[in-house]
Amino acid sequence: MSLLEIHDLKVCYGGIVALNGISFGVNEHEIVTLIGANGAGKSTTLRAIMGLIPITSGTILYNGERLHGLDTQKIVEKGIVLVPEGRRVFPNLTTLENLKLGAYLQDKKTVEPNLKRVYELFPRLKERHWQQAGTLSGGEQQMLAVGRALMANPKLIMMDEPSLGLAPLVVKEIFSIIKKINEDGVTVLLIEQNANVALKTANHGYVLETGTISMTGTGRELLENEAIRVAYLGKTR
Amino acid sequence: MSMTTILQHCLTGISLGGAYALIAIGYTLVYGILRLINFAHGDIFMMAGYFMIFAMASFPWPVAIVITIVVTTVMGVGIERMAYKPLRKSPRMSIMISAISVSYLLQNLSTYLFTAIPRGYPEIPFLKRIFQIGELSASFVTVLTPVLTLILVVLLMILVNKTKTGIAMRAVSKDFETAKLMGININGIVSVTFAIGSLLAAVGSILYFTDRMSVTPFSGTLPGLKCFVAAVFGGIGNIPGAVLGGFFIGIVETLLVALGYSTFSDAFTFLLLIVMLLVRPTGLFGEKTVEKV
Repeated sequence: MSLLEIHDLKVCYGGIVALNGISFGVNEHEIVTLIGANGAGKSTTLRAIMGLIPITSGTILYNGERLHGLDTQKIVEKGIVLVPEGRRVFPNLTTLENLKLGAYLQDKKTVEPNLKRVYELFPRLKERHWQQAGTLSGGEQQMLAVGRALMANPKLIMMDEPSLGLAPLVVKEIFSIIKKINEDGVTVLLIEQNANVALKTANHGYVLETGTISMTGTGRELLENEAIRVAYLGKTR
Repeated sequence: MSMTTILQHCLTGISLGGAYALIAIGYTLVYGILRLINFAHGDIFMMAGYFMIFAMASFPWPVAIVITIVVTTVMGVGIERMAYKPLRKSPRMSIMISAISVSYLLQNLSTYLFTAIPRGYPEIPFLKRIFQIGELSASFVTVLTPVLTLILVVLLMILVNKTKTGIAMRAVSKDFETAKLMGININGIVSVTFAIGSLLAAVGSILYFTDRMSVTPFSGTLPGLKCFVAAVFGGIGNIPGAVLGGFFIGIVETLLVALGYSTFSDAFTFLLLIVMLLVRPTGLFGEKTVEKV
């Protein structure tokens, strides 16, 4: 049984079908990626899992328990966190306050050790702990968003386009940290437009096309797949 | 005018300003979180006046003060739950219209229940004691108001800046959805905000009406509007701004009356609003909202 199981998930916005019955699973301790073009429904999938948008039909199971219909707060309590698209750090709060908010539902005792761990992963955040998050650079904000998510003691961390708008070197850094987080036992569900780096990192990949899953395989299989290389990796025929 | 007279009026003005500041905070807090101008806030202040009258009829004053504050706080939170919360996903105009409706509802309900005839505000003996400082004389409430206001503001600033709830409030004020992703209960934070605003309005009401002797169902309208102007003047959403605006309007208004321009004292407040909106729409300390693409 997978940690996260999604069966025939359908989401509509008004009359528009964003997800047309997708099914996939995320095994514990794996890195799984969903790749696809703009508007394929990647963010919608993550938002539906977090309970931010209502689902039309289908089921979302976590450890065999149903997740859909629960409040976001309850879902976070279960150990699922989302690093949202565009980072969404609180610009009016300091770096430290942002991190503390990540631990909003956590026992006070876990805050200090987690903070230490986050500072080890991202020494830059320690240097800038007093600075308003809005004044951080894009890369630092992404680090803060990931760090903030780690403060919640997650079992499953979902990331929506962590590479968006970042310099290649920073992207590399972020992905090496995603691997490190995964090695510590956290399951990762990753959404990316940058299919190349995502598939290299992931154990498993799913390709999402206009609301349906069109292909699946291990990261390596998908990387070597001709159709994917043409569609997502910029290979010319 | 002699120096003593000027100082005397300043003291009265500062006191009035303190009460205004407490009410203005309610507008600014709610706007900060929900981007809603709570037009019913002045009427909550008026209702607190009636609660005090009825509480004093059967209880000694310390108990009556506690009852007034608790009932007003519960009412403020209740109004949000019933009239604003169901509209949170509607366009902002709907919730604003709902706020105006609540304002009229409270006015008419109190006219129906308590009649429009002014009711005498009960005297709390120790508040009315007269103090003599040099040549100035003032009742205790006049001196107490600004002091209590500043104490409450400092406590509020500590709450907002240092506590977990305060950090969550600031987070919710910026980004509802991400705040949810942190596991913050948005409804809880909104309720806390309305509770604090109503609590301060109840305290302000006791201080304000003790100096004015009577309450009518329309006693909240003008002070409510003036405190809204105070909040806009200071930069709506900004707590120190609202406090400064409250004191400023209170002092200028009192001085205008003292100089014999009492006819214009209310007009001044609204002139201030117009000028402020023209010259500096974000208020003294308001942040500019930059749309980032």
